Amino acid sequence: MVSSSRQCVFEKNEFLFNSHMVEEIGTTTEGDLIINVGPQHPATHGVLHLVITLNGETIKKVEPHLGYIHRSIEKMCESLTYRQFIYVTSRMDYLSAHINNHACALCVEKGMQIEIPERAKVIRVIMDELTRIASHELWWGAMAMDIGAFTPFFHAFRERETINDIMEETCGARLTMNYFVPGGLMADLHPDFQQKVKSFITLFKSKVDEYDELVTGNVIFRNRMKDVGILSKEDAISFGCSGPTARGSGVSCDIRKLYPYEVYDKVQFDEVLETAGDSLARYMVRLREMKQSVRIIEQLIDQIPEGDFQAKTKAVLKLPKGEFYTRVETARGEFGVYIVSEGGTTPYRIKFRSPGFSNLSALDHMARGSKLGDLVAMMGTLDLVIPDIDR
Amino acid sequence: MWSLSGISNIIHNWLNQQFSPLWALIIEMVIAGVCVIGLFAALGLVLVLMERKVSAWMQIRLGPNRVGPKGILQSLADTLKLLVKEGMTPGGADKFLFNLAPLVAMIVAMLLMAPIAFAKDFQLWDLNIGVLYISAVSSISVISILMAGWASNNKYSLMGAMRSGAQIVSYELSAGLAILSVVVLTGSLNLNEIILSQADGWWIFKGHIPMLIAFVIFIIAVTAETNRAPFDLAEAESELTAGFHTEYSGMKFALFFLAEYVNVFIVCAIGATLFLGGWMPFHIGHWESFNHVMDYIPSSIWFFGKTFFLIFVIMWFRWTFPRLRIDQLLNLEWKYLLPISMFNILLVTLMAILGWHF
Repeated sequence: MVSSSRQCVFEKNEFLFNSHMVEEIGTTTEGDLIINVGPQHPATHGVLHLVITLNGETIKKVEPHLGYIHRSIEKMCESLTYRQFIYVTSRMDYLSAHINNHACALCVEKGMQIEIPERAKVIRVIMDELTRIASHELWWGAMAMDIGAFTPFFHAFRERETINDIMEETCGARLTMNYFVPGGLMADLHPDFQQKVKSFITLFKSKVDEYDELVTGNVIFRNRMKDVGILSKEDAISFGCSGPTARGSGVSCDIRKLYPYEVYDKVQFDEVLETAGDSLARYMVRLREMKQSVRIIEQLIDQIPEGDFQAKTKAVLKLPKGEFYTRVETARGEFGVYIVSEGGTTPYRIKFRSPGFSNLSALDHMARGSKLGDLVAMMGTLDLVIPDIDR
Repeated sequence: MWSLSGISNIIHNWLNQQFSPLWALIIEMVIAGVCVIGLFAALGLVLVLMERKVSAWMQIRLGPNRVGPKGILQSLADTLKLLVKEGMTPGGADKFLFNLAPLVAMIVAMLLMAPIAFAKDFQLWDLNIGVLYISAVSSISVISILMAGWASNNKYSLMGAMRSGAQIVSYELSAGLAILSVVVLTGSLNLNEIILSQADGWWIFKGHIPMLIAFVIFIIAVTAETNRAPFDLAEAESELTAGFHTEYSGMKFALFFLAEYVNVFIVCAIGATLFLGGWMPFHIGHWESFNHVMDYIPSSIWFFGKTFFLIFVIMWFRWTFPRLRIDQLLNLEWKYLLPISMFNILLVTLMAILGWHF
């Protein structure tokens, strides 16, 4: 019984057949066109490779090929100490560097049972939310560029630059940022931090309506996004989607609400949910999420408690023997860190659950039957970061 | 005031004194040809720079500002770069068609310049069927795109070319009907007569709302016909990398690039000629003194001012709108623009018969 079903799967595996044909003439026996979108393609924003079967302009199948930017980060982490491995995770989802670091720091703290100071908790949340806004700003610009509008990209970067400046001042880097360490923060805040964040909030609030004017309200944009790439609630759950992608389909999955960490249970914010499940819903979730992030920062920015920014920890961290798992909400969805420790200074095995990988797996289901132009729009609304998918 | 007619008359008289009439004609033709090529190159340079500056202005950037004062020599530097680049022909390409396609694109753009009146009495070819000539010749441009897409032996190019074929053929209908409404009112296919008929007011003002609708349809249709965003599906760089010119490099690419900009200029010039009076100054009915004041502005400035305003509008489209999808693009034409323009031309005809226009 088992072998026969396997046989069946093998026969139905169209790709084995197709990949053979790609080299020959680039069409299937039914006369469908096979095109390779990527690994170098403007719409994939990285080295993602999609093998697309097309009937005219209509998509019949999308097959993502991964591995072009696989750097075996999980294996690398096994040879680094618990203080060192956190920095590597900034290179995975580089737009959520702080949040990735946060998950790793939380996991080590959980294993070591370190209680971090209140000041560090609040600052971590503020930095997380700033990262989330910066990530969503970049997504907004890049997605608009995917559907052919260039100008939003520059408007998005105008606000993102302010966040980058804050990050640079606080932790010394603008992209691969490292600020969180097990036990708290690497350094204390810059004295200008609060004032700069407040001026960013003022700027953001004055400009966020421009986003609606320029893109959201545009009739071409709405026609491109509405009823396109529909992902039902059931499908979103079964594909393991998380973050704004799943929340656009009505799945309540915000880790900040469901399993609050740090001070998320003490701040007021709404979990943004849309029920349509189309590209527009995912777009609206992210746009509204930016406003919620600003709301969180506004509540915390004047409430940063005085005190230490780091708990007293041993010079050499050793996790007790066992398995530890934490998860956080990155800008793209649920990010999990799973550490297996043998009691040494380095992890025995480490596994990251990245949101991008599961979100990408829903692409084929969403894209079937739609036009080639819509595929690009769908990929835009999935907010794919390729190093996050491949690691 | 100084219009360009003086210069052409001086040259014509001088040539006829010096040479026999046949030689004078041949020399005049050569001069005209060189002028077209010069204008073609100059327009390409100016429009590329203008596009970059306009986009920079809309995108809160500075735009090119390093080469020459305020970056005005940037497009010259770009041209130089493209000239010295290797013009590759892919191995699997149809070499003849592949190399022919950019030339066809350029030749079509050059041919279209012939009947345009750049200033008062300054026209290369005063053709009595100028409107028909423009409609006919501009249709050839789709062949160059199809040729490029097919000959490249690249799937992206092929898809871009097929999209472009569907698009240009569809939108030509609306553009043609919009042009036809001016012809109905004027009763002439001659561009010069169309301009002269607007001496007491431009058609966009004289023709009530139907002409305004025709003008809007014309602008939408020619934006689509020149493959400019939001109708740039033939290129669609986020979907098809560069569409029909994916495989082109060096000067072959530059010719497509130039042809696109010159085409934009030409359709805007035609729009300005048909709806905004071409070189005709802004005149209002019987306000003689006002019209006299307006006449003091040279006709060439009127023509280029109107044309560049329309070019700016088309650039404005490009830098604010997202791209349409292929089915939405065709729906827009066949379900909205074509029925509206057909109904509109009926209105215009009624207006012309009853003499309701000013």
